[in-house]
Amino acid sequence: MKSKLLACPYIVWMILFTIIPLGIVFYYALTDSVTGQFTLANLAGMGNYLPIFLRSIWLAMFSALICLVIGYPVAYFIAQCKPTTQRFLEMLIMLPMCMSFLLRTLAWVAMLEDTGIINSFICAIGLKPLPLIRTNGAVILGMVYNYLPYMILPLYSVIMKIDPRLIEAALDLGCTPRLVFSRVILPLSGPGILSGITMVFVPAVSTFYISQKLGSPGTTLIGDVIESQFKTAYNPNLGAAMSLVLMVLIFICVAVMNRFGESDGEEVIAKV
Amino acid sequence: MRKTIVCLLLVCVLAFSLMPAACASDNEITVYNWGQYISDGTDGSLDVIAEFEKETGIKVNYLTFDSNESMYTKLKTGGAAYDIIIPSDYMIGMLIEENMLEPLNFDNIPNYQYIDEAFRNQAYDPNNMYSVPYTWGTVGLIYNTQYVSAEDAASWNCLWNKDYAGKVLMFDNPRDAFAIAESILGFSYNTTDTAELQQAAELLKQQKDVVQSYVMDQIFDKMQRGEAWAAPYYAGDFLTMVEENPDLAFSYPQDGFNIFIDAMCIPKGCQNKEGAEAFINFLCRPDICAANLDYLGYSTPESAAKELMDPEVTSSPVAYPDEQTLSASESFSSLPIEATQTMNDLWLGVKTTGSNTTLYIIVSVVAVLAVAAVFIVMNARRRRKKARRCK
Amino acid sequence: MKRVNLVITILVFIFLYLPMIVLGVASFNTGLDVATFKGFTFSQYANLFRDESLLKLLGNSVVIALLSSLIATVFGTLAAVGIFSMKGRMRRAVMTMTNIPMTNPDIVTGVALALLFAFTGTMLKINSILGFWTLLIAHITFNFPYVILNVMPKLQQMDPDLQEAALDLGCTPMQAFLKVVIYEIMPGVISGALMAFTMSLDDFVISYFVTGSSFITLPVEIYNYTKKPIQPKIYALFTLMFAVILILMVVMNLLQARSEKHSKLHNEKRRM
Repeated sequence: MKSKLLACPYIVWMILFTIIPLGIVFYYALTDSVTGQFTLANLAGMGNYLPIFLRSIWLAMFSALICLVIGYPVAYFIAQCKPTTQRFLEMLIMLPMCMSFLLRTLAWVAMLEDTGIINSFICAIGLKPLPLIRTNGAVILGMVYNYLPYMILPLYSVIMKIDPRLIEAALDLGCTPRLVFSRVILPLSGPGILSGITMVFVPAVSTFYISQKLGSPGTTLIGDVIESQFKTAYNPNLGAAMSLVLMVLIFICVAVMNRFGESDGEEVIAKV
Repeated sequence: MRKTIVCLLLVCVLAFSLMPAACASDNEITVYNWGQYISDGTDGSLDVIAEFEKETGIKVNYLTFDSNESMYTKLKTGGAAYDIIIPSDYMIGMLIEENMLEPLNFDNIPNYQYIDEAFRNQAYDPNNMYSVPYTWGTVGLIYNTQYVSAEDAASWNCLWNKDYAGKVLMFDNPRDAFAIAESILGFSYNTTDTAELQQAAELLKQQKDVVQSYVMDQIFDKMQRGEAWAAPYYAGDFLTMVEENPDLAFSYPQDGFNIFIDAMCIPKGCQNKEGAEAFINFLCRPDICAANLDYLGYSTPESAAKELMDPEVTSSPVAYPDEQTLSASESFSSLPIEATQTMNDLWLGVKTTGSNTTLYIIVSVVAVLAVAAVFIVMNARRRRKKARRCK
Repeated sequence: MKRVNLVITILVFIFLYLPMIVLGVASFNTGLDVATFKGFTFSQYANLFRDESLLKLLGNSVVIALLSSLIATVFGTLAAVGIFSMKGRMRRAVMTMTNIPMTNPDIVTGVALALLFAFTGTMLKINSILGFWTLLIAHITFNFPYVILNVMPKLQQMDPDLQEAALDLGCTPMQAFLKVVIYEIMPGVISGALMAFTMSLDDFVISYFVTGSSFITLPVEIYNYTKKPIQPKIYALFTLMFAVILILMVVMNLLQARSEKHSKLHNEKRRM
């Protein structure tokens, strides 16, 4: 009985600083920025931003898929190494997460620019410079680069926990290695795939820095618009409405993804 | 276990002992200024803030913003207190209207006497109660002579020229950006007519295919390295850029351009008004003003300071254009709140119009959703089958 | 198959580390442009150490990260024990609350907290509410889930008889917790604390929305730096931080490997 009370400070804290703020976002989304009166105009105007929402979701989804495709072999490879090597490689994957993502993205800008490292190299060997930066591809590259570790780590921790005896059993029972992969290993790494996709998708869909630096003026993402409403245009009410819609969209996306597998997400995220 | 607790305690002590360094000292002022807008001691210039700290013993907490609008938003959102802000004319008018500025005590600013008569009692602050001019300047077209011809650069239309697609930069704030479109259309910069504003927004939307990015102080980097070829920006900053890249040139477009005054104000809620006034007074001192503006390249509102400055700067037609050039200029005045709102909404529209890929994106999202739906259905069916088999 | 995975892994590591190498090289460049290497110099490092404000910002970041991860670890561990003893709906509700900051995009969390603080500021007529304390509150809030989600699995793995045995042997519940439970969950607590610390040290998005004028952290200022002509001393700072974190991680890795070997030997001896 008593030990339940240990959670009290935490529960009070979380209600104060996560539940109530969300309530305030609601409040702002439903009031007018000038008069402070109740209005639905902010939410009603969301239709105008539909293309931006869709663009953000599309780019983030695509990045998450690419992360999965290139992250899975890496996670698989690491999981098969010797324990010491494993730990070392895991550290190398985690290291970029500790470094400022702003500056790392800026390094990509320096590489991809028209007068950047790659293009000066291309010019030096006598070819025409390529349009690398300010494309959807550059934004996706930025997202993949920044969030790839968030895909590899959950995948790795799930793959590592697969009981090797299961694989042996499958082989003994006459499975080809390919079948072992598709019937045993892949289904068992399902929770890792799900949490990896969530952990890449959520920050990618709401990013504003990556699109500012690597995107073109035509590829504004929803994060850019929210940021501008709070930082330059002084319309927190519209910004709050957008945050609200974004939040709901993400919950829907995550819920849809969770339908794929039955395991609950809480355990998986913890293993990262 | 005890060791762990001792360790934790040590960490606590360490963290708290570091804290005083983080907390504000008593005699401190917080200055909120444009980025790249004070002489900071690089390249042998005078470090104005260090000099002020040394002379008065007041510590300066120096922060920067990148447009009038972002400064306004920060003030308006609340939560942060500043002692000095340096916005432009129209923004000062707006802040006065909204009662967000503190009247200055000119007894503490004796150096105000050096400010030229021509820069006193401006329209934005008619009784001169709230502001002391810091600099003045103009907006012009900066271009790279290697790629852009002088004829093209004679008009703002240069920034719409398809030949320079992807090499054009544009202001990242509504007022300056709209002014350029309004110059081309022949409207006043201070128009409040919704139809005219809409036309200007339409023109800005047409420009989008040509624009590389909407930026402010990144213009320095991009122009100096030749990443971009043409950009509208403030004349004073051009003088800084051209030192790094001599290929750059400046033009006053014939369609008209903006002339502005940036002035120092004290916002409501300031914590150290006397310190702030001391800082204003210090910046008005002719020798400091001269050293500061020599570095900045912006034009000075003090004749006394102009005499002390590098003659190369003061004779520059970019920093101090003649009467005839200036006849094409127009200054901003603060717009009524509705017009500002309209402009902000239109600007958001300009920034968010996408390229033509929208349809393509919608199709692919629908496709992804369809695939997801198929997956779910198949999963459910398989599960059902499995359940049946188990029975 | 394995060879393909190896190749992909190598490519991914190159992809992850290339931008950091670019920044590292740029920190020794005499020129301002990252794309062209003009000459070798240490002067950026000299500039860095002369720039007190930058070092102070780094100090600010470390203080916030230390304090917030410490508080989140202590209260988060207690909360995890509390939640663990809960049952049914109550537990599910608390876990949902814990997951809110995890699935919510950072920008929404940041915006929500910024609105909360602005709202309280106007209510209480506090002029400069944004500062050290608000930043600390925000960081603690997003650190909590990392701690809880790391500790919970360890509690689930723990043998429940252990605690009971301690109670039977005359421990008070508090003693049982301090003498038995905490040892069992220590690895989870440590990894949670480390994760909270790194997340907090590198957090930009949430801090960006809740910083005022009096207390600023390094990532927020780096963002301001990237909006101006870049100063190469930032690259020097990045390179130094990279080196420090790399060394720390390698040392930790070696220590862990050694203690593991040690305990293995110990166990073997015992078995003999």
